[in-house]
Amino acid sequence: MAAPTGIQSPSRARIAERTLRTDRWWLAPLVTFIGLTAWVAYATARVFQQDHYWVAEFHYLTPFYSPCVSVACTPEAAHFGTILPDHALIPYAAFSLPFLLLFRLTCYYYRRAYYRSFWLSPPACAVAEPHRKYTGETRLPLILQNFHRYTFYLALVITLINTWDAILAFNGEDGFGIGLGNIILVGNVIMLWCYTLSCHSCRHITGGRLRSFSRHPIRYRWWTFVSKLNTRHMQFAWITLGTLALTDFYIWMLASGTWSDLRFL
Amino acid sequence: MTDPSSIERHTFDVVVVGAGGAGLRAAIAAHDAGAKVALVCKSLLGKAHTVMAEGGIAAAMGNVWSEDNWKVHFRDTMRGGKMLNHWRMAQLHAQEAPERVHELEEWGALFDRTPDGLISQRDFGGHRYARLAHVGDRTGLELIRTLQQRAVALGISVFMECTITKLFSDGERVSGAFGYWRESGRFIVFEAPSVVLATGGIGKSYKVTSNSWEYTGDGHALALAAGADLVNMEFVQFHPTGMVWPPSVKGILVTESVRGDGGVLRNSEGRRFMFDYIPEFFKAETADTEEEADRWYNDKTNNRRPPELLPRDEVARAINAEVKAGRGTPHGGVYLDIASRHPAEYIKRRLPSMYHQFKELADVDITAEPMEVGPTCHYVMGGVAVDPDTGESDVPGLYAAGEVAGGMHGSNRLGGNSLSDLLVFGRRAGLNAAYAAARKRERASVSDDDVRAAAEHALAPFSSTGDENPYSVQHDLQEVMHSLVGIIRTAEEMQQALDKLTELRKRTARMSVEGHRQYNPGWHLALDLHNMLLVSECIARAALERTESRGGHTRDDYPATDDTWGTINLLCRLDGDSVNVRQVPLPSMPDELRALFDEK
Amino acid sequence: MGYDLNMKVWRGDATGGELVPYTVPVEEGEVVLDALHRIQATQSGDLAVRWNCKAGKCGSCSAEINGKPRLTCMTRLSTFERGETVTVTPMRTFPIIRDLVTDVSYNFKVAETIPAFAPEKRRDDGTYRMQQEDVERGQEFRKCIECFLCQDVCHVIRDHEENKQAFSGPRFFLRYAELEMHPLDTNDHRKLAQERAGIGLCNITKCCTEVCPEGIKITDNAIIPVKERVVDRSFDPVTWLGRKIFRRDQLPESQTPTLPQD
Repeated sequence: MAAPTGIQSPSRARIAERTLRTDRWWLAPLVTFIGLTAWVAYATARVFQQDHYWVAEFHYLTPFYSPCVSVACTPEAAHFGTILPDHALIPYAAFSLPFLLLFRLTCYYYRRAYYRSFWLSPPACAVAEPHRKYTGETRLPLILQNFHRYTFYLALVITLINTWDAILAFNGEDGFGIGLGNIILVGNVIMLWCYTLSCHSCRHITGGRLRSFSRHPIRYRWWTFVSKLNTRHMQFAWITLGTLALTDFYIWMLASGTWSDLRFL
Repeated sequence: MTDPSSIERHTFDVVVVGAGGAGLRAAIAAHDAGAKVALVCKSLLGKAHTVMAEGGIAAAMGNVWSEDNWKVHFRDTMRGGKMLNHWRMAQLHAQEAPERVHELEEWGALFDRTPDGLISQRDFGGHRYARLAHVGDRTGLELIRTLQQRAVALGISVFMECTITKLFSDGERVSGAFGYWRESGRFIVFEAPSVVLATGGIGKSYKVTSNSWEYTGDGHALALAAGADLVNMEFVQFHPTGMVWPPSVKGILVTESVRGDGGVLRNSEGRRFMFDYIPEFFKAETADTEEEADRWYNDKTNNRRPPELLPRDEVARAINAEVKAGRGTPHGGVYLDIASRHPAEYIKRRLPSMYHQFKELADVDITAEPMEVGPTCHYVMGGVAVDPDTGESDVPGLYAAGEVAGGMHGSNRLGGNSLSDLLVFGRRAGLNAAYAAARKRERASVSDDDVRAAAEHALAPFSSTGDENPYSVQHDLQEVMHSLVGIIRTAEEMQQALDKLTELRKRTARMSVEGHRQYNPGWHLALDLHNMLLVSECIARAALERTESRGGHTRDDYPATDDTWGTINLLCRLDGDSVNVRQVPLPSMPDELRALFDEK
Repeated sequence: MGYDLNMKVWRGDATGGELVPYTVPVEEGEVVLDALHRIQATQSGDLAVRWNCKAGKCGSCSAEINGKPRLTCMTRLSTFERGETVTVTPMRTFPIIRDLVTDVSYNFKVAETIPAFAPEKRRDDGTYRMQQEDVERGQEFRKCIECFLCQDVCHVIRDHEENKQAFSGPRFFLRYAELEMHPLDTNDHRKLAQERAGIGLCNITKCCTEVCPEGIKITDNAIIPVKERVVDRSFDPVTWLGRKIFRRDQLPESQTPTLPQD
């Protein structure tokens, strides 16, 4: 067995316990683990279901299938053409989903969340991690986290597409109308914007990289705005998981005929 | 263990004792002058008491009020010290402070700004114009961090957690210093032709104090033992606003900036009582109605200052009197109210550490309710008598700067003048210590006998078989100084105090400590206690001698300020084991400076 | 109202030690450091504790209380249940000296490697001009009281002694961020941040921010911005190209100070 490291190093105070914390420090990582796992399971199931993603009557398209670019897509739902072949393992929105996944995977908040809850590095503050070696984000594959800003640019485009979907949904088969589905779609898009714009890379790009704010007053105002959103990045990360799943689930229920939409206009 | 050949030795040109603002600035100056410098401090680097300074650095830069200049600052300082300051120190201080502040900025300090991008300045007690360069309410931290980072970048040798217990002399001049490493308890000897004392003050001899444990008067005592004079020791500043509750934080400072930014003092009846305590000396420049006082914050030309911003001695006495008259708060203080004067947002921006401090320690939200405050021992005006230009004491090669040096502040120090004092005189002492070291041809050397004696003295508490616990001796000393040589004094009480100090001194001979030499706070305290007792005796003797009230020295039996005393300094010197006090005339200022006091 | 507090204080040195139980009479409104001082004054005169200001301003009295890195002077006893045992141990990331005192020299050694601030020249009137918004970011980082709790909690070095060679820790990422955001500084610190300070080792799990007694948003406001700046320099081909073509972003690279005594 190799020489002990970390808190068991011979130079440090000899305390056998891995942590002396008396609070329920394991609760937060556990909740994160369950939450993220459940969401990924739901999303995977839905993405490969390849059905019930379009409500023809009101032109609702779930964000899990946007943009719908498979030849198998319902033609009315395919706003950007159909390019991809139909295959059970190719999601209909294969041009957006992988990038959205990468955007969130490299997001500074989600990194914290899964490093703690999935990789236990560390499980909680001042609780020893189980790994013997640690190289952080200095080697492959984790060094690729540094490309977060590119996934941010792509996420911007995709959020624009989601916005377009939400606008189109006001114009159903019978022309203009508003239903509960519209409200959910718009709410989801607003939250997606909040999450996307509150990104740490966005904060850096808009003004964080400057040394002097007073020489760039407009970028300073942008930075101030993004910084305010940025303090809630974690909240937006969870809220958008919720609104995405809710939007998708609502449309699934409508498209499968389980529910009917609540119409206001 | 006391064998001199087994003790670690170092040779330097300049040894600076203390790494607060003055010590760091001195070390940087000595280094810049080409000297090989050792910086020795009792705590870790950057923990010195300077971090507790909150309000700002007084410097007449004229960024906010262009009318301000060094002459006005000089005048304010002298008047604040009731004209007992050494005029030359006050002059140098006022002239050089602005450049010292600019220097800090050049080394990375980030001061708050004015709208046109200059260093912002704030109002403070006793200063005619807004003059304090500041960083929120944590200016001391900024100052020390800036100097610390500069010293580290210059590669100055730092000896952390190392306490100096003795200075050596070769008969003519200082030749070095003896100390111990707190961590290991092992001894260390420095050989150096110049030693700069920058050890701060004496506040730990008092029960209610804003000072940290380090403030045990080490430099004062080392200088006395080396044969130097202490001047103005009777003047101890009680900061008017310390926390009074909860008991564990009693004494912790509440910055004067609270009043500088508009906070007012009220008694339990809700009255702004400071209007009842405006002394004749300051009548002409102090507002006598609340309306005028409130207008002053925005229009200083046509209104006079609020009485809350009188010098600290006046405010501290007033609070003391209010509490004594039964108009105090439940915990024995008065109310300091800023909540009703400014919106919460403003308070949090201007006074973030105060907000934090009250929230965390007292569970009080200062943006919603008033603070309870009372006087706390804060600063000793007295210190080593030094040459104003060089900072050198009567003992050749021994320099002092900062709180441990005396003369600059007279009988009372204005807020904000301390940080500028550190910078101005720290630099001067460092430079001159380096020059003197360069002039000296032979190397300083320390004799083995001296080292052995110092080592044996330091180890004495371990071999003692007495039953005295250093913690209880310290406790009793604080009680004596607080109640008998405190903010209001009488001859009878001080005589009592002197008797008790003699008794305490006997008890220290019987002190024993448990455990071993490694990081043993009981032992460290036992050694510090000698210094505390010696300095306390100086304070009591000088205070007994001065039969008048002036600045930080208030006599119940001599309540008036006496002009004949206004030209006299009291000097303390060690004669064998006892402290002698003698009167010397105050240096008289040249006519062109005197003329400044005839103008309005 | 006074009551008796049950405490366990780790006592020992590099050769070993144990949690020693104490019963300490305490008063309302007191903090953990008060209780430790009472142990010193009445039960164990040689209990080693490092402290200075006792007002949360100097950052000397760092320790771990019930397993959490905290300042003992800012931890009020009222935050514990009556009857709860309060356990105090030294910081577990640094070598032990004695009792609650650890050898924090690692931090001071790292401090020596931080490049010095190198400002542009003063204006002719001897001043510098900066606006409040220019200094505010740096001011947040300069609130740091160097308690080293962030260094203590950081798993990169807490759990991996060997990383101390290559990693500067959150406290010093604040320094890099401050230099990088200082409107007067004339150097480029990104290479050092990456290669000397090892910012890539940080996996932004935010414990430093959680324990900071000054409430500095270390991760969001300092570490991530420095990481993003390192990306600008080393991982982003577009900004790299922009630098080459438009000659932007061309500050000289900073150096660690060379120490004259070496």
